[in-house]
Order: sequence, then C-alpha cells, then structure tokens
Amino acid sequence: MSKTQAKEPFMRIAKRDQASFGKKFTVRAVAIVLALVVDAIFIFSVTGLNPLKVYGVMFQGSFGNSVRFSWMLRDLVTLLCISVALAPAFKMRFWNIGAEGQVLIGGLATALVMVEFGNSLPTPLLFLVMVVSSIVAGGIWGFLPAFFKANWNTNETLFTLMMNYVATSLVASATDIMRGTASSLGKLNMSTQAGWMPMFLGQRYNVNILVVLILTILMYLYLKFSKQGYELSVVGESENTARYAGINVKRVTIRTMIISGAICGLAGFLIVSGKDQTIATTSAGGQGFTAIIVAWLAKFNTFYMALISFLLVFLSRGAAEIASTYDLNDFSSSIIEGIILFFILGSEFFINYRVIFRGSESKEVAQ
Amino acid sequence: MSSVLVAWILRAIPFGTIIMFGALGEILTEKSGNLNLGVPGIMYLGGFGGFASAYLYEKSTENPNAAVCVLLALFFAILASVIGGLIYSFLTVTLRANQNVTGLALTTFGMGVANFFGVYLLNGASYTAAPVTYATFSKKIPHLSSMGWAGKVFFGYGILVYVAIAAAIILHYVMYHTRVGLNLRAVGENPATADAAGINVNKYKYLATCIGAGISGIGGLYYVLDYNQGIWATTDQIEALGWLALALVIFTTWKPLNAIWGAYLFGMLYWLYQFMPGLMGINVPGYITDLIQMVPYVVTMIVLIVVSFRKKKENQPPASLGLSYFREER
Repeated sequence: MSKTQAKEPFMRIAKRDQASFGKKFTVRAVAIVLALVVDAIFIFSVTGLNPLKVYGVMFQGSFGNSVRFSWMLRDLVTLLCISVALAPAFKMRFWNIGAEGQVLIGGLATALVMVEFGNSLPTPLLFLVMVVSSIVAGGIWGFLPAFFKANWNTNETLFTLMMNYVATSLVASATDIMRGTASSLGKLNMSTQAGWMPMFLGQRYNVNILVVLILTILMYLYLKFSKQGYELSVVGESENTARYAGINVKRVTIRTMIISGAICGLAGFLIVSGKDQTIATTSAGGQGFTAIIVAWLAKFNTFYMALISFLLVFLSRGAAEIASTYDLNDFSSSIIEGIILFFILGSEFFINYRVIFRGSESKEVAQ
Repeated sequence: MSSVLVAWILRAIPFGTIIMFGALGEILTEKSGNLNLGVPGIMYLGGFGGFASAYLYEKSTENPNAAVCVLLALFFAILASVIGGLIYSFLTVTLRANQNVTGLALTTFGMGVANFFGVYLLNGASYTAAPVTYATFSKKIPHLSSMGWAGKVFFGYGILVYVAIAAAIILHYVMYHTRVGLNLRAVGENPATADAAGINVNKYKYLATCIGAGISGIGGLYYVLDYNQGIWATTDQIEALGWLALALVIFTTWKPLNAIWGAYLFGMLYWLYQFMPGLMGINVPGYITDLIQMVPYVVTMIVLIVVSFRKKKENQPPASLGLSYFREER
C-alpha cells in the first residue's frame, strides 16, 4: 500500500461471493436466537412472566395435543400453499403483492360454484368445476398485472396491491347477496354438505395437507429442473440476458404470473372447501402478505418455505396459547413475529456481505 | 348549495385528510427510492402514540391543559412513527434488506404494537376516549365556520385539516424549488449518479424515510383523535386506510399538490354510497355499496396503467423505487 493513499476507513463493506451452508445456517440461527432474546425481554417487561415458561406454553400451542398439532398443520399448509404459489413470480423478480386478492377471488369462485351447482352436479364433477373455476379466477387475477407489466412496464407491486381490494370488494358484495336476510353467511350448503372436502383420516383438511405436499414437491421440480423454470430464473436475473438468449420475456412473464395466480386461486379453493366451508373478506386472513415474507426469506426454495411457514404458524398459534393462558391478547403474536422477521431480514446482510475492518486487509490477502 | 352535498363534503374532507397525511409522508419516502409498504403500520404507531400519550396525560391530571394535550399527542405520534421509519431505513438502507418484505413486516409489527398495548389502555372496555384532546384537535375555526354553507365547507374542520394542506404545499416547494429537493429526487431516480455528484445517498434515504414516516404517522393521529372522535378501540380500520394512502401516492403520480384534491376525491368516493340516495334519489342495496368501495382502487389502477402508457417522464415512479443501493455494485 502506498503511503500517499488516503487513510483507510475504519470499516467498509464488500459483497460476499457465496456463503457456505454452515455460515448461512449459523447467521440465521444467531438471528433467531437474538430475536427470541429481544422477544423475551419484551415479554418480561410487559408481563413480568418468566419468558422461558412463556415459550414453553407457546410450544404447547402447536404440540400440546394431537388436535392442536393437526390444526397447526392445517394452518401451515394454507400458508405454504400461497408461498409456493409466489415462488415462481418472485424468482422472476415479479413482485406479486396480490396473493391475498388472488386467494380471495379463487375462494369466491369456489363458493359461488358450491352454491349454484351444489345440488345439481354429481360430486366428482362438482369438485372438478370448483377446482377449475378457482384456478381460472386466480389465473385472471395474476394475468392482468402481468399483461400490463409485460407490454407497458406498469409497476406490478402497486398494481397487484390494488387488485387485492378489488377482490375484497367483490367478495364483500357476493357474501352480501348470498347471505340474503341472515346476519352472517354461515357455512355453505349446510344441509347437503355439497362441495365440502371429503373426510380423509378423520379430517377434511387432511386433503389440503396432501394436496399442498404434492404441490410443494412439484413446484420444487418445476423451478429446478424444467425449461420453464430455467427461463423464468433468467428473466429474473436479467431481462436483457434473457432477450439475448432468445427467451420471449413477455410470454414468460405472463405465463409465470398466470401460474402464480392460479395456485393462489387453488389455495382459495382449499380454504373454502377444505378448511372453512364458507367465504368471507377475511378468508385469506393476511396470509397472502405473510406468504410474501415466507417466499422471499426461503429464497424460492419450496422446502425452506415449509420450514419458515412452520416457524410463523408456530409463533401465531403459540401466541394464541399464551394469550388464553395468561390472559394477554393475540396481538402479541404480531409483535413477536415482527421482531423475528426484522432480525431474519437484517441477518441476510451478513450472508450477502462481509464487513472489513481497518487493518484486517493484509490478513485477507494472505489467505 | 344542496344540504346533502354539503354533508357529503363535510364527511369527505376529514376522511381525505387521514390518507393525505399518509400519502404525503409516503411520497417523500418514495422520492428517495424507498418503497415503504409499512405505511399502515406506521399510521398505527402514530395513532397509538398520539392517543396513548394524550389519554394517559388526561387521566393523570384533574384539569388537562388543552395545549399540553395537543403537543404531547403530536410529539409522541411523530416519535413513534419515526421509530418505525428508523427500523425500516436501518434494515433497508444500512442492511440492504428487501424493501417490500421489510415494509410488510413493519405493517405487521406496527399493528401488533398498537393493538397489543391498546388493550392495556382499554382495560376490558370495548373503547376508551381522550375527550379534551379530541375537543382541541377538532375545534372549528370560530365565527368563520358558522357562516352558512361556505363557512361550514371551508372552515368547519379541526386544525390538522389545514396543516395537511400546508404540508402538501411545503413539500411541493421543498421537492421542486430547493436544492435539497433536487438532490432527493436525484437519489430516487439514480442513486449511483447522485452518489457520484457528491450527494450522501444514505443520509437522504434515512431522512426522507424518517420524516416521511413522521408525516404519515400524523395521519394515524388525526384518525384517532379527530376523525374517530378521540376514541381508541381495537381496529383493522387503520390498516385499510394505510393501503388507501399508498393508492393515493400512485394516484397523485408522486406530486404533493395532487394529494390535496386527490385525497378529497377519494373521500368523496369513499362516502359516495351514503349520499347517493339523497343526491340522486337512488336507493342502493348493500351489495352495491360493497362494490362502490372498490372505486378508489380501480381509479388508481387506471391511473397506473395510463401513466405507463403515456411514458411521460414526470409522471413515472422514481426510477430506483424499491431497490437498495450498494455503491460497489455498479
């Protein structure tokens, strides 16, 4: 180093090429532990309870007994299904913030079919129509922003966000018509149970679990090994490269978003038919937004998505358990979740970059 | 002027003011290239910070001083929302986390904090109030507001309605007529170029986001302490308002002055369903009401599409919106 050079800054930041698996794991584990410590401080300072005991109760929320465990799985697959739906869009760097609306509109399509054709169609055909219409509805909700993005570069983040509220209004309006003079909609086809997911191993939502499990594996294969999966990842890395390589960017964008929206629509079907047996503006319950976080943190790997979905569902069920045990309120889960997310998001920095302090440079070179 | 129309405007303008504050803050933030989807969370923090401080003060003294109420509420509303903005900018600017995801996490967090601690204030009741602060914030302009319909329409609101308009004008002036504003827009359009020109990109991003959060937070305060008559209850309403504020930002094509009429237009659209029977003699069933609720969002989508069709430079979103800046990545 020449002596005329300006003084080296105390610390600087450089991009890391590729962190090893062990490094990534350590950084994330440290982040979660730190987040749990901060949450513990929060819990203690607000309630004065022993945080470890509280975390124990939290654990009960998901693993306390077999019923709770199966509820946890049910919630997990709902979130996972939406995250899986978002994976291809995000891998293409298409910010689909509209999962909430795509799920709702898929659920609405399902519910309308259930009510209209519940008594006239044979069960297998009924289910076929329900699934197809939910997929089509979700697909349309995905197609619209992609169409405008592909042709006129309309900002997709903002467009998909607006589409959520259009879907919410439609659902509100439809439920208003369907409920007639009743004060609330209640379960659809209560007497005939037409369009309700069949019982499987004692629970309707076990079908959901099975479907989502298959979807997760299929999506993993699609992204990793299919030609289409490769194309969309090239578009995500650089549109110019994609064009140069002869990929039709417009077509890939629209196709990927139709797939993304369609799976969201299918998630709506699973929620309506397999979980709630009804539709409401809250049917998606913010999961469409949570799934965005899941899909992003998992870096488009569907199995990590399962892991992160588990973490978040575990937290929210745990917080509900704490709330009932200690007479707190459910919103503590939002705080705990928020803090954990902040830490995980922040920890990405230490995976992607390295901080170099003054004087350590010579060592780096020597290595 | 028809009394129904006057009543409609009297509903629309306060509603518009809530989202105008939210949108003005977000315009400032987005001009620096930060797309903060945490606006709903920040408005929660602002609303709660303002209410909690005013409520606790009113409860602790026999004769609460109106001025202290207002100052306390404003101070803590801004403080709470700036903290939200700080979390966001630390994660996205310093640690370069993804902006969309960080914003959404902030929304979850803000709503959680406000409603969680709100329950302690409620203490079992379904709602609780800060009457003195409400009375002060919602005080209409004396004499002028009682001069017929014009008095009502122009002067019949609490002080913050006028503060919002002033804020829009000041923001417009700063953004388009000062060097600071020029630098800010440069950072949002092309941070690398701004950096090369000697502008401290991180400083601008931090300040724009935090000050923007402070302004958005006042929207939350206005909602609780004026629009909602100083009543705190566990609510989802603020979240919906926050998203509407984000829609308004697009509708204004990132121009503060447009936020003034845009916000009032959104307010008119929002309350349209209630005044349609009186104005046009149409009696709307409930399901049509629900459909009317989507109009502001549909209008925003149309604006978004038209803007991208026309490709006029001055109407585009800031070019680096949503992207983190890393100097060595050029």
